[in-house]
Amino acid sequence: MKRTCAAPLLLLALLAALPLFLPRFHIYIVAIVLLTGLLATSLNLAIGFGGIYQFHHAVFYGVGAYGTALMLTRSGLPAPFCLIAGPLAAAAFSLVMGIICVRLSKLYFGMLQISLGSLVWAIVYRWYSFTGGDNGIPGVPVPDGIASPEGAYYYTLAVTALCMYALHRIVRSPFGKALEGIRDNPVRSEAIGIHVRLHQLTALVIAGFFGGVAGSLFVVIETSVFPDMMFWTYSLEVLVMCLLGGMYTFFGPLVGASILVLLRTYVSVHIPYWHLFLGIILTLVIIFLPDGVLGVAIRRFRPKEGRLA
Amino acid sequence: MLRVESVVKSFGGFKAVNGANLHVEAGEIVAVIGPNGAGKTTLFNVITGHLAPDSGRVRFKDREIGGLAPHVLCRKGISRSFQVVNIFPRLSVFENVQIAVLARERKTFRIFSPVRSMAAEEVHGILRNVGLYEKQDVESDLLSHGDQKVLEIAVALGGKPELLILDEPTAGMGPEETERCIRLIKKLSDELGLTILFCEHDIGLVFEIADRVMVMVRGGTVIQGSCDEVRRNREVQDAYLGEDGGC
Repeated sequence: MKRTCAAPLLLLALLAALPLFLPRFHIYIVAIVLLTGLLATSLNLAIGFGGIYQFHHAVFYGVGAYGTALMLTRSGLPAPFCLIAGPLAAAAFSLVMGIICVRLSKLYFGMLQISLGSLVWAIVYRWYSFTGGDNGIPGVPVPDGIASPEGAYYYTLAVTALCMYALHRIVRSPFGKALEGIRDNPVRSEAIGIHVRLHQLTALVIAGFFGGVAGSLFVVIETSVFPDMMFWTYSLEVLVMCLLGGMYTFFGPLVGASILVLLRTYVSVHIPYWHLFLGIILTLVIIFLPDGVLGVAIRRFRPKEGRLA
Repeated sequence: MLRVESVVKSFGGFKAVNGANLHVEAGEIVAVIGPNGAGKTTLFNVITGHLAPDSGRVRFKDREIGGLAPHVLCRKGISRSFQVVNIFPRLSVFENVQIAVLARERKTFRIFSPVRSMAAEEVHGILRNVGLYEKQDVESDLLSHGDQKVLEIAVALGGKPELLILDEPTAGMGPEETERCIRLIKKLSDELGLTILFCEHDIGLVFEIADRVMVMVRGGTVIQGSCDEVRRNREVQDAYLGEDGGC
């Protein structure tokens, strides 16, 4: 127990100290890694722990970001309220889409989810008077305390840490276990008295909420939003993060997100074909690392506790 | 306790269950036997809510239960095990049973309390009862087939059932494992006072532990009675026992 606590705390301390010696651009990248990691971890609650094929998770990221950005630019309400409004909107979207999709299983769920998600994207992309269409919303007025690069970084770090802790608690709760049970064997879960769809729906709402939190953090870091962040190819990228890091581990998606964000940042400077690169990574992971980077590492070093992280 | 009256269930044009009758009293061990494809599993699926009957009545403790969802029936006190191993392969033996206990106690919507040692006492009790206590930390996927079938029963016990339904509990087991499993069923009935309904291929075993036997052929009930009555029945001998030593 002690050991499992020590590593994340050490990492947290290290991350908190980073602005002292890293240049601004790198701090910005680390902040993007953090919020993308949160996004991937929230997706993983649904797909890795729940076995629900949430193929278009970026929608909730987008709704969270747009919700926050629109509130900040237009509502005139106090900033804390605006920052939480985005994630709540994402959770609400997730609830509605979940109610529609959860009757279907596996791939059919995924197909319908992609369709509905693309619909949301199309609306955001075209509704110029409200969402700014393909221009997005530039220059969002981020509140003073967290507007500086350091402020935004620490805010992102604190919120991400808090959310990761919450998600970890959820995964280790009876609800989390039931969710894993449903993933492993929905028929049996039902036979022992678990209301499968209600649990799946709850998981989707939770995942949508934390995806929305990641979106809201994105606004704070970038001070702008654009429809690309909820295009379905980005969902695919987040999915690859989960696969790459290890879907059956808690911290795997965070690891996967770090790898992909860093690769994208540094590779796309030199090579214009980022998606080709992504495709190659995906292929290699599926063939050689079906358990993901972290999954493999854990199996190698702690064979007895293979499922934990 | 359980009463099944002229239940029919068809798939397309094929009547898998065609007028089955069955009653089980509290505390009994009742076996359903019949050749392959007689509709035993389909009947069990109807009783446990995995399939809705086309017609006929299923009553449990004087309440009509035909067509209710499995998770509802489970809460009413019916637990089942499956013919093909049906456990949670990525979870440990302990967690497999723990989920069932937590589901019964309706704690699976607690999203922030740590699950680790929840309901540990009861889970350990069940695991001791079925003889899997020493293996509680093993990932259930790694158990032997026999142990998985026993775990299958243990998961069903986690629901603290009044009626335990076992669909071919010994399917695929070797002679020793089968012996152990049969002793377990007997023990559950004797010590925990469980009412048990099971189906089985091995007729020797059935006559050894069942209080009463129901014989199914081609979806219908041929006879229902004590072991002796069933042994003497002509029709059963023709349809089933005649095949040189059974199964």
